Amino acid sequence: MPESAAIRVESLNVVRSETAVLRDVSFVVPAGQLLGLLGPSGSGKTTLMRALLGLQIVASGDTEILGDRAGAVALRNRVGYVSQSPAVYGDLTVMENLRYFASILDVARDDVDRVLADVDLERYARSLVSRLSGGERARVSLAIALLGAPELLILDEPTVGLDPVLRRDLWTLFARQASAGTTLLVSSHVMDEAARCERLLLLREGQILADLTPAELLERTRTSSYDAAFVALIEGST
Amino acid sequence: MSRRRALATAARVARQLRHDPRTVALLLLVPSVLLGLLAWILRGRPGVFDHFAPSLLGIFPLIVMFLVTSVATLRERTSGTLERLLTMPLAKVEFVLGYALAFGTSAVAQGALVSGLSFGVYGLHVAGSAWLIVLVAVLNALLGTALGLSLSALATTEFQAVQFMPAFIFPQILLCGIVVSRDQLPTFLHWLSDVLPMSYAVDATTRVATSAAITTALILDIAVVVGFVAVALVIGATTLRRRTP
Ligand SMILES: Nc1ncnc2c1ncn2[C@@H]1O[C@H](COP(=O)(O)OP(=O)(O)O)[C@@H](O)[C@H]1O
Ligand SMILES: [Mg+2]
Repeated sequence: MPESAAIRVESLNVVRSETAVLRDVSFVVPAGQLLGLLGPSGSGKTTLMRALLGLQIVASGDTEILGDRAGAVALRNRVGYVSQSPAVYGDLTVMENLRYFASILDVARDDVDRVLADVDLERYARSLVSRLSGGERARVSLAIALLGAPELLILDEPTVGLDPVLRRDLWTLFARQASAGTTLLVSSHVMDEAARCERLLLLREGQILADLTPAELLERTRTSSYDAAFVALIEGST
Repeated sequence: MSRRRALATAARVARQLRHDPRTVALLLLVPSVLLGLLAWILRGRPGVFDHFAPSLLGIFPLIVMFLVTSVATLRERTSGTLERLLTMPLAKVEFVLGYALAFGTSAVAQGALVSGLSFGVYGLHVAGSAWLIVLVAVLNALLGTALGLSLSALATTEFQAVQFMPAFIFPQILLCGIVVSRDQLPTFLHWLSDVLPMSYAVDATTRVATSAAITTALILDIAVVVGFVAVALVIGATTLRRRTP
């Protein structure tokens, strides 16, 4: 299905401070998939996502997003990005943040209310972002990425530090988005989040260790927990 | 270039300022208080105040705006909001213009207040039009914003950003003709002062202070300052980096 690929990465290599951070990474993501990018801290998840957004200078390789070159101007309102630390204005209210980004994206005003409801932050609309908790701030950042319903969402550890109920709600939201046709790439260093994804990319030291479904992962490693599965994979590969 | 996105950015920066009334108060009052202090120090020597005040009327706002803009842009960089904006359909020029517009508006308010007080209360007299002094003061404040935008790309920490003020602004104050008239500077320093924007701003205010005539030289000085503002804004836009190593 060549046309319907949302992400196509071929032999991507990234070098940061003379260290190879991504090594020969290749994968294809069909449109509408909920893909988990899992790996321990420092494995290169953030670097890979920034490369997909055209924010990261790469050493070599091809990266195609929605049929365009990564970072192309035409993609700027088709891809939503949540960086690992919330990129929001602490000295503005939640509503003021959303309205500003909505006007940059040229998105209708009522879309602000929709995304606010999606992340369950309506009652904080008039609160200053700097007064919110870390988890609430992360959800403001997520809401901004949802503005305009982009075709591709690149979410860097959006559920880290949230309580279990909220985490479940967010994964439900992600699944809903995927079934509506949005492609989602969601990273996490918490292996248990693998269960929520349709497909997993396991990253370790800048290389893809495995590319499979959660069921396949447990089956192949004959384990019952994702943490154990990851350890088994590493030990099996060395 | 989208006017809507530049204006939205300016409105957002203004809204951030509104949530920080203490900064707004400092922005507006500090230059006014400093000139009041100078007038007080020099009371009974009106010739001296008339000599220094027109230049300082431009230099204080420049310093204040330079600092505020440097810190604001550095904050955009470290908080990730700049990177986020650059993944959206916001052109770098629109970002820079948004800042110039928001701080330019503050500069007009600041310039109007400090000039109004200087002429109305502190007893400042100039030979030329007071409005020209106000114009140069506002241009200077804009210049401070533009320099802050273009130089903050070089700073990676708050400590560095704050030190850019003595590093880039103080030499201009020393060389702009307030301390020693520019034509009495050693040759090399004279050349150096010829390429620094503040020299032209101070030349312009000195001309207005000493003569009522609007000469070609005065218009040229003002044009050079405008040119420096434009160039610094363009540099500010080009030093914003979408892609990082
Ligand atoms: N600005 C940087 N300069 C150089 N190396 C970096 C930089 N940021 C991260 N790295 C290195 O790149 C590797 C991958 O980091 P990152 O992509 O942030 O991993 P993850 O998101 O999986 O935690 C790490 O070894 C990290 O030390
Ligand atoms: Mg990371």
